[in-house]
Amino acid sequence: MTRRRAAWVFVGPALAVIGVFFFLPVVAALGLSFTDFDIYALANLANLRFVGLRNYIELLQRAEFWNALGNTLYFVLVGVPLSIGASLGTALLLNARAARFKAFFRTALFAPVVTTLVAAAVVWRYLFNTRYGWLNYALGALGVPAIDWLGDPHFSMPAIIVFAVWKNFGYNMVILLAGLQAIPEELYEAARIDGASAWRRFVHVTLPMLAPMLSMVAILTVAGYFQLFAEPYVMTQGGPLQSTVSVLYLMYEEGFKWWNLGSASAVAFVLFALMFAVTGAQLSLVRRRGPR
Amino acid sequence: MKRLRGSALVNGLLAAAAIVTLFPLLWMLSASLMAAGEASAGPPPLLPSHPSLANYRELFAHAGMWRYLGNSVLLATAATLGSLAFNVAAGYAFAKLSFAGRERIFRVLLGALVIPGQVAMVPLFLELKALGLVNTYGGVIVPALASIFGIFLVRQYAQSIPDELLEAARIDGASEFRIFASVVLPALKPILVTLAVFTLLGTWNDFMWPLIVLTDSDLYTLPVALASLSREHVQDNELMMAGSVVTIVPVLLVFLSLQRYYLRGLLAGSVKG
Repeated sequence: MTRRRAAWVFVGPALAVIGVFFFLPVVAALGLSFTDFDIYALANLANLRFVGLRNYIELLQRAEFWNALGNTLYFVLVGVPLSIGASLGTALLLNARAARFKAFFRTALFAPVVTTLVAAAVVWRYLFNTRYGWLNYALGALGVPAIDWLGDPHFSMPAIIVFAVWKNFGYNMVILLAGLQAIPEELYEAARIDGASAWRRFVHVTLPMLAPMLSMVAILTVAGYFQLFAEPYVMTQGGPLQSTVSVLYLMYEEGFKWWNLGSASAVAFVLFALMFAVTGAQLSLVRRRGPR
Repeated sequence: MKRLRGSALVNGLLAAAAIVTLFPLLWMLSASLMAAGEASAGPPPLLPSHPSLANYRELFAHAGMWRYLGNSVLLATAATLGSLAFNVAAGYAFAKLSFAGRERIFRVLLGALVIPGQVAMVPLFLELKALGLVNTYGGVIVPALASIFGIFLVRQYAQSIPDELLEAARIDGASEFRIFASVVLPALKPILVTLAVFTLLGTWNDFMWPLIVLTDSDLYTLPVALASLSREHVQDNELMMAGSVVTIVPVLLVFLSLQRYYLRGLLAGSVKG
């Protein structure tokens, strides 16, 4: 009997915290999204009314929402392939037999991942400076005219993508490197004996062996990139011309700047539903492509 | 000959990539030692002409940096200790103790990993407001006490503890708590370090939730304070670089000294199955 009771003493506190501070708020968010909870309700709950789907309907009619959704999809669709490409490229380099000082290079390439996002964004905001930033200076040396990275709506999202890729490609690099190291050397030997070139060895040995890991990395990275918030908050404050307002940024402003907590919850749920659908689609794509 | 060229290419590309990743951090350090306005020149200077700690002095003396640093240290430490206590106990129980519904509860927890934390933020704010925890340290610490990832990490590692070891201790008449303290905890030591480093860096670097729940600037953590200072001091680049150094260097040092443990957690978290 004591063993069973001890088990509950061990799991109880953690489950209570997760239940009260995660599961309960998630369920409450759904309920809240059907109400007009705003600053008046915050002061006095008597002002709270059930409004059904009105928050969702109004949200879908707002240009700001579609703009934020478009910006977020832009960030995901361009940022994720670039990020995973950088991760895969550097992982291949680190795994190459010719590579020297591997431990140093791995640490150096991984360092941005552990840096504080807000602080790194402050640094990059300055590197992106039109007149005094190193980026334009380096591009100028290559003959590229100065770009107003954070002030031009065409370049603000690319700038945020560049920063985000720099910040987090190291994460997937470490995972993919572990995957590369797990590929048996005999497979490469056999391909070499068959006279396969380095490129053909990559396409016919490395990629198929790495595929399950690559799909997992892609799914997790997409989910992460949907949660864009701090980068625009620090670097552009959503501007210029709302070009870097993400869905989560919209939720933050709606909820904690204007105190429309009902419609902020609706924004959060739309984002969740979207992420859920995209993750589901990716999973079924991976499964259909064949047994691993 | 061909191999030599290949080697030069691989190492050249690696060096180029390392320069790109390290340059912003090194330049941050360099610019933090520059005089006000010195970095705003074309071409931007690489090194300060007269390195000085004036920016740091200014931050700590007039911008409340001690306060923010202290808040960050306090919150990260408290969240780490709490997370160790709650997650390790739960992770061990999920791995080694039987109780009703164990597998079902664990499956629900794993499934919930797809829910982004931000979905919970609005009601969590209202909940903490009702509990009187908004704008207190508790508002940051309490929700961080337990995490699904932490439980998962510990459970995976605890499964490797041999059952015979636990049975032997039980036959000797040790209580479950005694076994946990003297058999389980020592065996879990490496994963305790991993979990601690993960929680420490995660709490230190976290931005959105502290931004929401802490409204009084006396309670700000470094990232929240830095974001707010950088909006005020748009022109004071050298000062902001010093603020970034103060924010980044502690976590970078923790990572560098415990890298092995951190990477273990990263790989364990991604290879779930």
